[in-house]
Amino acid sequence: MTKRLTCDVVVVGAGMVGAACAWYAVRAGLDVRLVDRGPVSGGTTGAGEGNLLVSDKEPGPELELALLSARLWAELAREHGAAIEYEPKGGLVVASTAPALDALRDFAAGQRDAGVTAVPVDGGRLAELEPRLAPGMAGGVHYPQDAQVMPALAAAHLARASGAALHPGQAVTGVLRTADGTVYGVRTDRGEIHAPAVVNAAGTWGGDLAALAGVRLPVLPRRGFVLVTEPLPRMVRHKVYAADYVADVASDSAALRSSPVVEGTAAGPVLIGATRERVGFDRSLSLDAVRALAAGAVGLFPFLERVRALRTYAGFRPYLPDHLPAIGPDPRAPGLFHACGHEGAGIGLAPGTGRLIAQALTGKAPELDLTPFRPERFDTDGGDAR
Amino acid sequence: MNPLKSARARPGETCTVSFDGRPLPALPGQTVAAALWAAGVTAWRSTRGTGEPRGVFCGIGVCFDCLVTVNGRPNQRACLVPVRPGDVIRTQEGTGHGDD
Repeated sequence: MTKRLTCDVVVVGAGMVGAACAWYAVRAGLDVRLVDRGPVSGGTTGAGEGNLLVSDKEPGPELELALLSARLWAELAREHGAAIEYEPKGGLVVASTAPALDALRDFAAGQRDAGVTAVPVDGGRLAELEPRLAPGMAGGVHYPQDAQVMPALAAAHLARASGAALHPGQAVTGVLRTADGTVYGVRTDRGEIHAPAVVNAAGTWGGDLAALAGVRLPVLPRRGFVLVTEPLPRMVRHKVYAADYVADVASDSAALRSSPVVEGTAAGPVLIGATRERVGFDRSLSLDAVRALAAGAVGLFPFLERVRALRTYAGFRPYLPDHLPAIGPDPRAPGLFHACGHEGAGIGLAPGTGRLIAQALTGKAPELDLTPFRPERFDTDGGDAR
Repeated sequence: MNPLKSARARPGETCTVSFDGRPLPALPGQTVAAALWAAGVTAWRSTRGTGEPRGVFCGIGVCFDCLVTVNGRPNQRACLVPVRPGDVIRTQEGTGHGDD
């Protein structure tokens, strides 16, 4: 006998984005069930660094979502800040040469017009912000809005505190649709869950869930390694990275890109991440990738040369061909909503995504224009990466 | 039961290392953790948060619980690092980098 459950919304995927969708949907008065084939934070969320960055985003829809999310993270942190290791530490982007600095300052000027706080820092004053930074840098830009959480903890605390019913270890095997195509729930390996709305927060596997509903969403994995050092006293104060990182994030290259972001954590280890490589779902360790990370980090912080790296981990960042997430209702399958494809920015963009999904679920006007995030946009515009 | 006897092991000559200033015997090929255990020492680190004692947990290099300071270098896995004659082994407080 199959057990049938009924609720208002089934959120598929108990990572950071799914937890945020559940949180805001419950706060909008909806009865929510959060389903995941594995544990909470078992996918890309548990393999991330917890970057909440506005600094690496050019003006446009992703930056607007990042700014909305930054405000919402600060709100969430008032209640959960210590438990999720929220640190509003700010980011520092540095340029080693004068031309790189010019490019960085131009980029920052555009961001300022879009509402980002971006403060130019002369080369001679970088040491005031980061005493252990390599000397001789041309200069940088300080981004006080950048922050950090411990992503696995953040998803777990938010999922638990959301008030949604949690169904970990329950795999969705089908999306239920009526004869006219309307979604009315999901089939799982432990029975059906009926609901008039299903949210696809399956991250890197969001394309598979879309396929179960009969629609196409070309989410692809991009592998990222993070290097973890031995625990240290606080040596690195901000999220520090070289100006090249922004170009790497936006790159369409399949080859290894490795400009590192270096950051201390509340627990002590310094995280050095992350590489970006298109190699499918290959989990094997790439010594080249990890070496490149280490070398880049030592270039920024020479003291790291004498610090032991304890381990490395890798995850698969879910990206769509235009590097924007899919957020909002899917007109091809009424009742299906997407909240996936955030690439390496899903932790940072989660609260804004959850808020927008909750607004869409309750028929409210979305706080941001959802047009750039339309899930069906790849059907017509030739943005097919396959 | 003496494990050396049951394995019919014939280890080389005992050497001496020090743990927090006192001399301990160690056998060639032993890990730091094995030498400490053989001498009855089961804790050689205090945690960063609340200062709880720690020693071997997994014993196979995975969990990083058995970190110890050897010859001035902190965060060595006692279960993997082989002892060398004269090693100076110290209890590691917190990160081992003199913070608190």
